[in-house]
Amino acid sequence: MCAVPVSLVDDLRGHLAPDRVRAEPLELSLYGHDASIVTGGFAAVVCFPISTEEVQACVRTARAHGRPFTARGAGTGLAGGAVPLGEPVVIVTTKMNRILSIDVDDRVAWVEPGVINLDLTRALGVHGLHFAPDPSSQQACSIGGNVANNSGGPHCLLYGVTSAHVLAVEVVLPDGEIAVLGSLDPEPDGYDLRGAFVGSEGTLGIATRIAVRLTPNPPAVRTLLVDFLSVDDAAACVSAIIAGGLVPAALEMVAGGMIAAIEDFVHAGYPVDAAAVLLVEVDGMPAFVEDAAGLVAEISRTNGARTVRVAADETERQLLWKGRKSAFGAVARLAPDYYLHDTVVPRTRLVEVLRKVEAIAEKYDLRVLNVFHAGDGNLHPLLAFDAREPGVLERVHAAGDEIVVASVEAGGVLSGEHGIGLEKRDLMPKLFSVDDLDAQARLRDAFDPDGFANPGKVLPSGSRCGELQRIPPGVWV
Amino acid sequence: MSVLEVFAEEVGTDGPVVAVGGRTQFDVGGPVEASAREVKAPAGIVEHVAAEMTVRVRAGTTVAELDDALGVHGQCVALPAWDGATIGGVLAVGHSGLRRLGWGPVRDAVLEVRYVSAEGRLVKGGGPTVKNVSGYDLPRLFVGSLGTLGVIAEVVLRTRPVAPREQWFTAEGVDPFALARGLYRVASVLWDGTSTWVLLEGHPRDVDDQARVAGLRTIDASFLPPLPKHRWSLAPAALRGMRDDDNGPFVAEIGVGVAHRELPQPPRVVDPTIAALAARVKNAFDPTGRLAPGRLR
Repeated sequence: MCAVPVSLVDDLRGHLAPDRVRAEPLELSLYGHDASIVTGGFAAVVCFPISTEEVQACVRTARAHGRPFTARGAGTGLAGGAVPLGEPVVIVTTKMNRILSIDVDDRVAWVEPGVINLDLTRALGVHGLHFAPDPSSQQACSIGGNVANNSGGPHCLLYGVTSAHVLAVEVVLPDGEIAVLGSLDPEPDGYDLRGAFVGSEGTLGIATRIAVRLTPNPPAVRTLLVDFLSVDDAAACVSAIIAGGLVPAALEMVAGGMIAAIEDFVHAGYPVDAAAVLLVEVDGMPAFVEDAAGLVAEISRTNGARTVRVAADETERQLLWKGRKSAFGAVARLAPDYYLHDTVVPRTRLVEVLRKVEAIAEKYDLRVLNVFHAGDGNLHPLLAFDAREPGVLERVHAAGDEIVVASVEAGGVLSGEHGIGLEKRDLMPKLFSVDDLDAQARLRDAFDPDGFANPGKVLPSGSRCGELQRIPPGVWV
Repeated sequence: MSVLEVFAEEVGTDGPVVAVGGRTQFDVGGPVEASAREVKAPAGIVEHVAAEMTVRVRAGTTVAELDDALGVHGQCVALPAWDGATIGGVLAVGHSGLRRLGWGPVRDAVLEVRYVSAEGRLVKGGGPTVKNVSGYDLPRLFVGSLGTLGVIAEVVLRTRPVAPREQWFTAEGVDPFALARGLYRVASVLWDGTSTWVLLEGHPRDVDDQARVAGLRTIDASFLPPLPKHRWSLAPAALRGMRDDDNGPFVAEIGVGVAHRELPQPPRVVDPTIAALAARVKNAFDPTGRLAPGRLR
């Protein structure tokens, strides 16, 4: 790494208050990571803008110094998307955390990117509305980060992922221009640049204001905890529920050792001797919910469920969900480190892929725990390990790659909600042909012809037909 | 050679070309240059796994035909089934049907798109699973792109369960905006400035209960108002002002923002930054400008 030119810091401090432009070694090191186990990032300088104009100034100053820039929200990303490559200017949006407006009639809110996901839903409670995407990190993750990763969450099974809940985004484009992509009206003219932007992991610009769609709270909700003595039965039950013609609001699975880990941690009453539990939620109008809950219970019993527990009240429902959402905290009691994976397989092939994941973990002598969004086939195999053990990280990475390959071979995809980032960048050719990757590179180049926005992410080098990935001059990658 | 490869050859590598579906909305986006050769995407359902609630279908298939086949399994797609409209055409135009309030926009129904590029290559974006964030969201970019970025050949769509009951109602002397807000997951609320029409879908008991509480009266769908030919797109709240403007009769989709009128919507101001970005996207996908030349200019 090179010393950060004083002039870069000085120029940024010409636009942002000096205490919001940081270049102390501790901070540079801190912002070199996100929540993933991806290493190798290093920030040149870290900026905390508080307005669109300040974000624009950061982008323009970075460019003027020949530096790339990497946007970052709360840093909860698990694919290394916010790990700074090429010693960029890191632009942190956490101080842009105001809810700007809530329009109850049109069911839309304008928010700044640093608003915490759960804070928005809490602010909407009095209106009987919520923001539907609910990643497990929703207490910490920001809506800007949700937009960048097209985040999901348990309830995306029925409600759809973030893209379905973003109407418009004000962005600072990679050339420093400001534009609003999308519109509050339903059929804006021209290309759906909003759609292209959501999930682009900071490579097409930086969101500075976001218009999100608000979802009415359902009049009725029923939550069931169903347990099985075999993972195969539980997985078959998931397929049967979907095949039964009803789309639950959420359909989650917790398997094996994960159940006891959660139970020890939150005491939610999860049956520790079960091989797998399903957390199923149905919501909507009362008659539908009653029938659907009955149908889920019936299908579960047909598929070998041992017990079906229905949450009696909101307190019990919250407790069951707390168990599910605390899973990753609970793992800390089993092993000091973990690597959380994210792939999607067709829902009818869950049984087969779960078995393969088990076999892969065994082959690499790793412990695998499963807690995932079973209803949409979104696996989250979690490899628990102790990083102090020599050579273990190599095994973890090798097992991770094999899990991705097994998922793709079963007709699945690389990521359901964490994104590609750096973690899966070089696995993209497993899913996409040369022509497919070239098309994605064309889109990226149309937004960012000079390659300044979050370089080195999403697309492997060589994605552009006939040329290497372009790197801005003077950048170390 | 596969069906899609044959189609890619037909699209070819040079000369202006335009994809044609059912011609139900062929004039959207402006006229295509007369020199453009017309191509029709292949038709047919490739694979429907009912338990996945997804379907792989070729773009030349009509929406009605697809819905018929899915209906056997109690499923449908959230696309408008205009008479003769094809999957490829409906996606390329991106306009929703009358149930958008309940079903969401067309763009949210698409999981994977396979298209023939301007260079005559078969390209895939997205993936077949219901959840996927692997790479850039080309499927959404293609919805509404009017054939100017590539020719849609095959897609994977999300299916949805057909509601056990659907029923149109009318309401007199109500504020349609308050009505739409008060009903849960209502499929459609139409308003012509005087009368309001409501489509409820769901469990029969829920449909009846919601209708009773809201004071709705059952009608046959044949009594719906005819839709004027031009589409307007407005922020939903702006529909309120239509009754008192000078642009003539309308049928508005409350809560959505689409309005149907006899007069076309005045052209909207395009931000020059957006126009420049869109032009760069177009140029990146179609450097020679051979795809649907004339559209989206």
